[in-house]
Amino acid sequence: MTIVVPTLETSRPTPLPGKRSRRRGLDLPAILIPLIACLYVGVVILLPALSVVVSAFAKGVGPFLENLGSPELLSALRLTLFATAVAVPCNVIFGLAAATAIARREFRGKALLLSVIDLPFSISPVVVGLMLVLLYSPNHGLLGGVVESLGWRIIFSWPGIVLATIIVTFPFMAREVIPLLEEEGWEQEEAARTLGATDWQVFWKVTLPSVRWAALYGLILTTARALGEFGAVAVVSGNIEGQTQTLPLFVEDAYKNYQTELAFGAAMVLGGVAIVSLLLKILVEQVLEQDKKASRLPQDG
Amino acid sequence: MTPALLRRWRPPGLSLPSWPWRITWTYLGLILFLPLGAMLLKAARVGPVGFWEMATTPEALATYRVSFGLALVASLINGVFGLVVAWALVRSRFPGQRVLDALIDLPFALPTAVAGLALTAVYSTNGWLGQPLNEAFGIKVAFAAPGVAVAMVFISLPFVVRTVEPVLRSLEKEQEEASWCLGASPLQTTVRVVLPQLLPAILGGVAQGYSRAVGEYGSVVMISSNVPFKDLITPTLIIQKLEEYDFQAATVIGSVMLIFSLFSLLVINLLQVWGQRYQGDQA
Repeated sequence: MTIVVPTLETSRPTPLPGKRSRRRGLDLPAILIPLIACLYVGVVILLPALSVVVSAFAKGVGPFLENLGSPELLSALRLTLFATAVAVPCNVIFGLAAATAIARREFRGKALLLSVIDLPFSISPVVVGLMLVLLYSPNHGLLGGVVESLGWRIIFSWPGIVLATIIVTFPFMAREVIPLLEEEGWEQEEAARTLGATDWQVFWKVTLPSVRWAALYGLILTTARALGEFGAVAVVSGNIEGQTQTLPLFVEDAYKNYQTELAFGAAMVLGGVAIVSLLLKILVEQVLEQDKKASRLPQDG
Repeated sequence: MTPALLRRWRPPGLSLPSWPWRITWTYLGLILFLPLGAMLLKAARVGPVGFWEMATTPEALATYRVSFGLALVASLINGVFGLVVAWALVRSRFPGQRVLDALIDLPFALPTAVAGLALTAVYSTNGWLGQPLNEAFGIKVAFAAPGVAVAMVFISLPFVVRTVEPVLRSLEKEQEEASWCLGASPLQTTVRVVLPQLLPAILGGVAQGYSRAVGEYGSVVMISSNVPFKDLITPTLIIQKLEEYDFQAATVIGSVMLIFSLFSLLVINLLQVWGQRYQGDQA
């Protein structure tokens, strides 16, 4: 075995094992690792994803579009869009408020508060649904009596679905914006305030523009998750076809009732949204990266 | 009541929190603490003896075994392969790398019901992979325990990859070069120099994936046959109990899962602290 002792001039050599094995012939790990990675991801992720596309279009585009016209599917789609349209703006407001409140202060329990905000990520969606049932169910809920006396219906109705969607998706926004605000510091806001700007002006003209891409990123994640939420909604919705059935619930219901084509049609719609959100996410990621580089450059120089 | 009025009323020396704070706490209170409190209160009313009895019925114990056991299998598989995928993304250049990178995030983006449908289609006995597996080895994947594990592998894959990737990227090449210069083989370098530095990230990713896999419902419920004592997972048992109007049992089993979530959150945070300290030492 030869040990190559680098001189000062070659203190940054190209990786030695590469050199050595090239002399021997093939660099086995350099080929095997990407190969195993691609095979694994191919089997675990790509193949199932492709199967949805293939099954959805098995009989061609015509029947696929016909399936999309099914009234149950459309009503499920409408409810899903409605729940998303309510939940996402609520969570955007909360996320931005929480980020501006938390990010730039150091206080005792900050780490704990951040963990609390992360809670919905680690609680099972079914448990989230259960919590709502135990709070609002007319007969068994803690606030059931209050809810009933007001004449509201929360469980087995749209408010429950919206609430479940909100709980499951609210951490995304805050989580994306907080680290960015922490990194950027206070100087610009302080400058604005010294120049006489009100809190609202500072937020609107300084803070928000500086986090716009992170906020957009959080918005995409929130929306994607809100459209696809299953477990929490399944518990509170009652799954009444045409009334409280969201699109993900419809996928399961149709599949269990042997309406396979309908199930795959609906799954294709949701999958398409997921892929669009994924592409948007990649795009925003790149912009974020450039933004970070641009903001770092003057500090480095 | 207008904020101006409130401001006039406040006792001297006590200032109201700013608007962002007010929104944050009100929102957290209504959306998170209120439901959480309701469940804990309901669980407390059961009493410790009843709680223990209901939490440890044979039916519940069987679902814990399925949920916690198979999630462990799934997250360990991902611990190994997630590392390989992260390594491929950071340390090699090959065609299709960006596609691979994008595919990793698909389980995050894809609604769980769609994932469940897709996996069931692929692994059922007449599916693309289910058929050959069934004919060659007699393994039934979908509608049996292996199917549950497959679904858990699917949804927990991104965690390990996405936690290991940044750490691997930030490793200093110099240490490995030093190791090579001192005569270590590439394998020795990897095992003794690189892997120890990645360990906190790998464990953190595995823990996050495990926590997610235990709580997963949407994709598992579709690929499982949901037969008690066979492949019924704990979240599905909670839903079955609710459908039977057995609210107490649902509350108790839900609380068990909640306690597990809190515990896993703690472990994940500790692992993150450990990882940061480790990286701090290196710098």
